[in-house]
Amino acid sequence: MSEQKHCHDLIETLSDYVDGNLNPVLCEELERHLRECPNCRIVVNTLRKTIELYQKEAQEETLPDDVRERLFRRLDLTSFLK
Amino acid sequence: MNKSPVDEALSLDALRAGDRNEFARLVDLFSGRIYRLALQITGNTQDAEDVLQETFLKAFHALPGFEGRSSLSTWLYRIAVNEALMILRRQKVQFSLAEDNESNDEEKTEALQLVDWCCLPEDELQSTETRRVLEEAIQRLSPALRVVFLLRDVEGLSVKDTADSLGITESAVKVRLLRARLRLREELSAYFSERMEK
Repeated sequence: MSEQKHCHDLIETLSDYVDGNLNPVLCEELERHLRECPNCRIVVNTLRKTIELYQKEAQEETLPDDVRERLFRRLDLTSFLK
Repeated sequence: MNKSPVDEALSLDALRAGDRNEFARLVDLFSGRIYRLALQITGNTQDAEDVLQETFLKAFHALPGFEGRSSLSTWLYRIAVNEALMILRRQKVQFSLAEDNESNDEEKTEALQLVDWCCLPEDELQSTETRRVLEEAIQRLSPALRVVFLLRDVEGLSVKDTADSLGITESAVKVRLLRARLRLREELSAYFSERMEK
């Protein structure tokens, strides 16, 4: 099996790997490959970072006050507006 | 029933009985997340607000019959996703969340960008410009991929809860999640590699 084919096959396992859900046999095979393949290491690291950036961005977003107020009015919950 | 810590904090009996105080607590616990999800699916603040309001209106009327087969959060996400997708359909955005249509997931994504941008300074990674690029990249995903990424990675639902929220199989969630993640990684890598060359 060529190295390129190997990389291509392993990419299908990346989601399970970054989620920590890859079965132990495939996980060991992938980690062995990652030790030898700098390009795949970059893909794994930047994949993790991509997810992290979206999560951080979401954490910074809050419901605008005016949107909350209109929501409570529509739901007839005005007396619970603080 | 798979209860999340947030669900644990609410009284399902009170919600089913129409307790306004408990419903207001439910709204405050979930409205931020529902609005954010709706905004990312529709890409429009007015549409997101409509989704938000309709979601809680429908939830209030449906709560007496809520059987608790899924968690409250999964149930709310499902209502919100359906509302948001209905708006896209009205706008004639062509898509399907149906099973057995891998062609809708488009071709497999290869990892073509091989620039390691992980070590860029945090202020570069979280700049206003980067936030704009993140937003544009996610809006370029098809709705079928976008919604899976949002529920699983941004809202933190499990694969099973994501599948339940969308009415698709867990294997479909996994396939779409991988495609979405790889595409977003490609887009961010292209952007950051340009920044690193400057």
